[in-house]
Amino acid sequence: MSIDIDTARKVAKLARIAVPESDLPKLADNLSGILNFMEQLNEVDVEGVEPMTSVTPMRLKRRADVVTDGDQQAKVLSNAPDAREGFFAVPKVVE
Amino acid sequence: MLDLTYPAPKPKVIAGAKHDWELVIGLEVHAQVATKAKLFSGASTRFGAEPNSNVAFVDAGMPGMLPVINEGCVAQAVRTGLGLKAQIHLTSAFDRKNYFYPDLPQGYQISQLYHPIVGEGEVLVEMGDGTARVVRIERIHLEQDAGKSIHDMDPHMSFVDLNRTGVALMEIVSRPDIRGPEEAAAYVAKLRLIMLYLGTCDGNMQNGNLRADVNVSVCRPGAYERYQETGDFSHLGTRCEIKNMNSLRFIQAAIEHEARRQIAILEDGGSVVQETRLYDPDKGETRSMRSKEEAHDYRYFPDPDLLPLEIEQAWVDDIAAHLPELPDAKKARFLGDYGLSDYDASVLTADLDAAHYFEAVVAEAGDGKLAANWVINELFGRLKKEDHAIADSPVSPAQLGGIIRLIKAGDISGKIAKDLFEIVYTEGGDPARIVEARGLKQVTDTGAIEAAVDEIIAANPAQVEKAKANPKLAGWFVGQVMKATGGKANPAVVNQLVSAKLGL
Repeated sequence: MSIDIDTARKVAKLARIAVPESDLPKLADNLSGILNFMEQLNEVDVEGVEPMTSVTPMRLKRRADVVTDGDQQAKVLSNAPDAREGFFAVPKVVE
Repeated sequence: MLDLTYPAPKPKVIAGAKHDWELVIGLEVHAQVATKAKLFSGASTRFGAEPNSNVAFVDAGMPGMLPVINEGCVAQAVRTGLGLKAQIHLTSAFDRKNYFYPDLPQGYQISQLYHPIVGEGEVLVEMGDGTARVVRIERIHLEQDAGKSIHDMDPHMSFVDLNRTGVALMEIVSRPDIRGPEEAAAYVAKLRLIMLYLGTCDGNMQNGNLRADVNVSVCRPGAYERYQETGDFSHLGTRCEIKNMNSLRFIQAAIEHEARRQIAILEDGGSVVQETRLYDPDKGETRSMRSKEEAHDYRYFPDPDLLPLEIEQAWVDDIAAHLPELPDAKKARFLGDYGLSDYDASVLTADLDAAHYFEAVVAEAGDGKLAANWVINELFGRLKKEDHAIADSPVSPAQLGGIIRLIKAGDISGKIAKDLFEIVYTEGGDPARIVEARGLKQVTDTGAIEAAVDEIIAANPAQVEKAKANPKLAGWFVGQVMKATGGKANPAVVNQLVSAKLGL
């Protein structure tokens, strides 16, 4: 499977990564290389094999319905470029 | 137990400029799961807290933090599924739905696209006119809610509160079985009621704890039946999705408006574009959300942080064994055991507090019909005057039951009972004692009533002559006797005595 320049541009946009137009051909080429490498796996016959979800036979860990976390507004906001009155402040999002 | 069966309501028909149209509606209801903690973190779900104070690092999308599922949320989803007579999937799995928005710090929502925890079920939606629609449920899945963005605090910035981020939601997806705006609202109201009975969602629509996305399309009469026969969606029109409505009134208005918009386009020779729209309650119209369209490439994939969710049949059975009585069963029981009318049974089961109150009155008074009458007509009417909820009723079920017992025993007349109710409502006290202390007891002693009748006949010879000529005038004497006895004479006894004495 090969990725063309338009697809590379779209993937970059969806991932919110700014890629200069001049870098797109190389990026498309790299992505295609990765996908082609992965496609070797298609040679394996997996007819009738259940997809494996974990390498160890573990049961999904659960927690009880108890409040054990939170009350740390200052910590939660400490990495924010801008925070006001307890809120994260971000450039205006217009709907 | 009685089975509730009703004929289906007629689909709503909208007359266009050229011909008639019908509606086809399906809903996705998002119900906040009633739990103390979030779906994958130990932060509180409490509404109205300081911004960003109910936030764990998992919710804030901090690097390296891993989600751990809250078993309480899983139990609530299973409970809801059982309440909707749905299949429970013992194995389900979580997927990532990827999109960027400031109130979604992870950059993806954890949801269940491919393997939801609950499968097909159904809801009986009564329309209140003797008809009901059975709406099929396609699935219920568990997912995370997003945070809240506030856009009006600053002209250049949006403010983000992550308190709601990661709170568990159940997305309840219906089949396109709903055929009108009123049905859609009734469906949401019924789902809400079932979840209130189950205790799985608090149903608070104003706070956004229950909201709905509505899919609407229009078709010519007959097309829907062809879809039903063949299962082929191409018989139906192109649908639009109206997002995120948190009021039954808005849901109805938005559907009505959206259907008319689509009809106008089609009759004009155009075609409806499948898209997401937003309802503006101030303008009473829907508008396109083009900004979201572009982002609609969610690139779902299984969440590598979470193993499949496996639950045991015995655990599900245990939840099933402890389900409360649900609205339909309660209504059927009220109809069967107490002989209530469909209307009375509906009113009393539409509110769990009312249902409990009613049953407590019946336990006291032993007469279902009379109890229903008093609860619905007198108590509800009185409470409404002062905008009180039934939980705050100044009259307890024991007191109301006591009043009804006095009526049944013939101790007080219906009229005195209303006065007594008012006394108990405003002053409190034991009804039987109040009747005793204030001399409100109905006089059934024939001797006492006879004396009163004699006295009035003796004092009004002219009236006696008139009544003998025209027996209809006997009513005047009954009225006078009732007046003379302060309303306490048994009206049946008075009637009988007056007729006899006047020789009618």
